[in-house]
Amino acid sequence: MAHVSVQQADFDVGGEIEALKEGRTDAGAFVSFTGTVRDMDGNLKSLTLEHYPGMTETELARIAGEAERRWPLLGCRIIHRFGTLAPGDNIVLVITASAHRRAAFEAAEFLMDFLKTRAPFWKKEATAAGDAWVDAKTDDDDALEKWQS
Amino acid sequence: MQLVYFAWVKERVGKSEETLHLPEHVNTVRELLSYLSGINEIYAHALAEPEKLRVAVNQTHVKLDHPVIDTDEVAIFPPVTGG
Repeated sequence: MAHVSVQQADFDVGGEIEALKEGRTDAGAFVSFTGTVRDMDGNLKSLTLEHYPGMTETELARIAGEAERRWPLLGCRIIHRFGTLAPGDNIVLVITASAHRRAAFEAAEFLMDFLKTRAPFWKKEATAAGDAWVDAKTDDDDALEKWQS
Repeated sequence: MQLVYFAWVKERVGKSEETLHLPEHVNTVRELLSYLSGINEIYAHALAEPEKLRVAVNQTHVKLDHPVIDTDEVAIFPPVTGG
């Protein structure tokens, strides 16, 4: 079963991989993706993430369940932060474990593609010019299409 | 019905949640958005661009033709931007 956490606190990537590895020797591949707060042009003061408590956890678990149905995963962790974050801070962590690398790579990409278009989070950027909600990208929707099979 | 709003929808409506007694003629998400838009200028402005709105009923993403009933929790929000 996937481990899903929606939290304000930071996470330790290495520690989370170790936690997934602990006590098992059947997994030969661990893939992790870490998403961080990006400051493209040096103007970002902070990024605030709002979410829909309850639905967020349900939706992440649903996405993880779909990944487990499609690939032979031995473990899966999704951690997503909310609250106000600084440039460079961690936002999201996805870890997949499988016997072989291909399933772990593909499942991690699938999880991120679905998370970006399904998990109810909203980003608001604070810059010197004021605060603004981040617009959704259409290429995030396009990224989903390759999984429609 | 419990209504919840997020991100700029919440800011434009001016509240994060409210309770609504659903009129009998409102049976789908599309009809609900139309009904809310007719309440006053604030809702009309907040919900002016339906193509930029997404809706969840009882914490599941739905389309505009999804049915709604008075005991539902309906969330209205912009397209998500997590990750």
